[in-house]
Amino acid sequence: MKPGVTGKQRPPRPVAKKPTLRRFHQARWDEPVIFELSVAGQRGVLPPEPESAIIEAVGDPAGDLPEGLRRKSAPALPELSQLHVLRHYARMSQENLGVDLNIDIGQGTCTMKYSPKVNDQLARSPKLSELHPLQPVSSVQGILEVMCRLEGILKEISGMERVTLQPGAGSSAIYCNISMIRAYHEAHGDGQYRDEVITTIFSHPSNAAAAKVAGYKVITLYPNADGYPDVDALASAVSERTAALLITNPEDTGIFNPRIEEFVRIVHEAGGLCSYDQANANGILGITRARDAGFDVCHFNLHKTFSTPHGCGGPGAGACGVTGEIVPFLPTPTVEFDGASYYLDFNRPQSIGKIRPGYGVAQNLLRAYAWVMSLGADGLREVAETAVLNNNYLLTRVLEIRGVSAPYAKGKRRIEQVRYSWERLANDTGVHTEEIGFRAADFGTHYWTSHHPFVVPEPMTLEPTESYSKEDLDEYVAILKHIAEEAYADPETVHSAPHNSTVHKTDQESFDDPDAWAVTWRAYRRKVLRDT
Amino acid sequence: MIPKKPVVYPYIPNSNPIVKREMLNAVGAKSVDELYAEIPESIRLKRKLDLPEPFLSEASLVRHVESLLAKNQSTRENLSFLGAGCAQHYVPAVCDEINSRGEFLTAYAGEPYEDHGRFQSLFEYESMMAEMLNMDVVNVPVYDGGQATSTALRMAGRITGRKLALLPATTAPDKLSQIRDYVRPDVHVELVAFDPATGLMDLDALGRQINVQTAAVFIENPSYLGFLETQASEIGTVAHEHGSLFVVGVDPISLGVISPPVEYGGDIACGDIQSLGIHMNYGGGHAGFIATRDEEAFVAQFPSRLFGVATTSVEGEYGFGDVAYERTSFAVREEGKEWVGTAAALWGITAGVYLALMGPQGMVEIGRGIMQRTRYAMQRLAGLPDVRVPFANTPHFKEFVVDFNRTSKTVTEINRALHERGIFGGSDLSREFPALGQCGLYCVTETHTQADIGRLVSAIQEVLA
Repeated sequence: MKPGVTGKQRPPRPVAKKPTLRRFHQARWDEPVIFELSVAGQRGVLPPEPESAIIEAVGDPAGDLPEGLRRKSAPALPELSQLHVLRHYARMSQENLGVDLNIDIGQGTCTMKYSPKVNDQLARSPKLSELHPLQPVSSVQGILEVMCRLEGILKEISGMERVTLQPGAGSSAIYCNISMIRAYHEAHGDGQYRDEVITTIFSHPSNAAAAKVAGYKVITLYPNADGYPDVDALASAVSERTAALLITNPEDTGIFNPRIEEFVRIVHEAGGLCSYDQANANGILGITRARDAGFDVCHFNLHKTFSTPHGCGGPGAGACGVTGEIVPFLPTPTVEFDGASYYLDFNRPQSIGKIRPGYGVAQNLLRAYAWVMSLGADGLREVAETAVLNNNYLLTRVLEIRGVSAPYAKGKRRIEQVRYSWERLANDTGVHTEEIGFRAADFGTHYWTSHHPFVVPEPMTLEPTESYSKEDLDEYVAILKHIAEEAYADPETVHSAPHNSTVHKTDQESFDDPDAWAVTWRAYRRKVLRDT
Repeated sequence: MIPKKPVVYPYIPNSNPIVKREMLNAVGAKSVDELYAEIPESIRLKRKLDLPEPFLSEASLVRHVESLLAKNQSTRENLSFLGAGCAQHYVPAVCDEINSRGEFLTAYAGEPYEDHGRFQSLFEYESMMAEMLNMDVVNVPVYDGGQATSTALRMAGRITGRKLALLPATTAPDKLSQIRDYVRPDVHVELVAFDPATGLMDLDALGRQINVQTAAVFIENPSYLGFLETQASEIGTVAHEHGSLFVVGVDPISLGVISPPVEYGGDIACGDIQSLGIHMNYGGGHAGFIATRDEEAFVAQFPSRLFGVATTSVEGEYGFGDVAYERTSFAVREEGKEWVGTAAALWGITAGVYLALMGPQGMVEIGRGIMQRTRYAMQRLAGLPDVRVPFANTPHFKEFVVDFNRTSKTVTEINRALHERGIFGGSDLSREFPALGQCGLYCVTETHTQADIGRLVSAIQEVLA
């Protein structure tokens, strides 16, 4: 017996079993805006000074700038010591949930899978990060080989003739495709009158928006009563003015369009091309390919299906696959191999030219390559099948929850995601889907509704990918179930959420008021604080 | 033969056959194949994908990828003077530390309530860029400087209701190609000639070309060829006299010492932030910014996210959210302004970290030091026999042209010989600007020492001897 302990001995007490729901609380550092942390004279990093001989030789060219180009006072940046910068950002990072922290299945359409750490480590190698895009090709054979091999892999996965890796992300890839389609029609002499692009409402909004940017009139097809893209609607929309169909499959509802070949045929018969947005490819890798359904062009989001990290919204990477007819229009340059070494081919007279500086987001191309090489053909099939199994398991479990439904395609299986509806719950309780999302944050999870417009009422889009375990899915379902029960029993708790988040309900009105909105601290000081 | 046991993939927890069986039971399916019932047989791939054999262990994967990377020689092993819009700057360790944190690296399009950190850090990025630019509105980054310029020109087209943009003939051909492809349906691009002696825009030509259809006059400061457009203010005035907007591309790392565009009449500023704490990544380190005054007519034309600050239900708490979201394609598809999607947010956060580390003094010092090194390198190279440095009387920032026409060698030959000496010479302008003949575009930053510049000069001397 330890000294000082007397009387009856307490039996060892086990830690009680964890409750079903995590008692989460998001970090709340209550950080000021960085300008408020400024202390005059502090330094975070010192840039290297030129040697005195340089200064003696040239003086101060900045000081000699003509009056109109010489900055009169230093920019009013905050002044912080290095630790204070680090700490401020480290704290803000803790007020963020990424795949590394949460069961990130709530951001449907975005394929929030695990981004392997080893690939980050490889991508951070100075052998990649310190390469300049204009180095002699003999000095960049490694990265060119990676790009060439990745192109080969994506050609096989899509069935296409060539793949460009230049687009910066998914929407840029959609634009690249429509730009190549425009060039194709112009080269065939009917660019003038083919001025319409057809898409579906359950395809990503960037299909419609990028087509508009490229100068096209956009026709958007709505689904039939079962939620399938409407083949009759397509048939009446196509004409000699049709430049292209831009379509996702499976769509953002997770429903695979079984008549996709017919869609492609109808558009081809009208002389249009077919562009396949493969943002939702995760469930069909190795199962079905763009070319096999007759598509002329397609694109992958490497930050979705191919695991590169999403970086709070980029950099991602896009890859566009094309048939032989479209190859001449690919962006410049292409990466080629002459049997001995890799090189860049700039001599492409029909090319649409450049889509971005350099040749693509090289660090993400490396990550995507490494990811495929860790899996191989069997592994990719396992990815697809598990993503689909996880999704259908989740569907079964979510539908056990009161107030939720999965509209459309009754009795059919879904591919890799589902767009659910809380319509019944909203009608019963007055709790809306956005509020469920705010409440979900209280349990350490991210949740998303849908793109606009909300065709499915009170939508929620879940995509469990292959990365999450059965226990993860069960936990997410338990959170949703709890919130649904709360909505029926105690709606105010949901209405007033979040409670355990970094911040509380934010005034949304000012964001749409030109007199009150403040996109920067200086605007806030001028318009709201009125101290400048 | 040893029977192959099923692989349990470390990235795929439910590839475990025991778990898989349990889940199949839960969904009432005998096999995963049943879940694909909607995919017609006619488009099924009836064979296994023909892909290289995988490296199942992490150790073997690393070995493989590193063996590929080993075939690269980077700017660490070679002394590089390559620029042309992508430059080797020192990246402070804290920049990499923050953008490697999983909370930022692996988050995506979260909402303010669970990704407050993303919103605040990008708001702060916008705010620090705003101080560099002396403008009140800066967007969440787009893909790159070329995209930012393209969008800035389309914004100018929408704001003015006009169709023509005038760009300097010194614009990089690659960037021009990107811009032309993007703005085509809305804006016609015309080039304005430059003065061969100074590099500056030919103001007479500008006067002849500008008209009532001109939406934007665009210049770059510094220009692609490295000199500063010292007539910026006059060009802005000409633009405004014709009711056009003055759009200016800048390298933000220059703004500690060079006036931001708004000071000489710029209506829209745009450019690339790769210089602000982001590794070159073989061209993967780009991100673009667009900045304007805080006027509704301008704000309404941004396609990008604009994160703003507001109050919350708790006193003393900052909340963040999307300003004027209804402009975006996320809200209204093709009725939005261009499109918005995944672009380069992590580089925005990183550039914010960089500006916070550098502070006002750091940005002044780095700008001044780069100009000193640039001038020094120009002087030293101009001292070599038969080597000229054109436009030398115009102030330069970071990049400059070196003219080898009087030597007996082409830039290709010179660069090959420099590479043999462990140096990446400036990029070859002979393809991009044939009129300049055999010229190289050299880039000098704060990473270059006097000895580095001396080594370049000696090597060129040796190569030309």
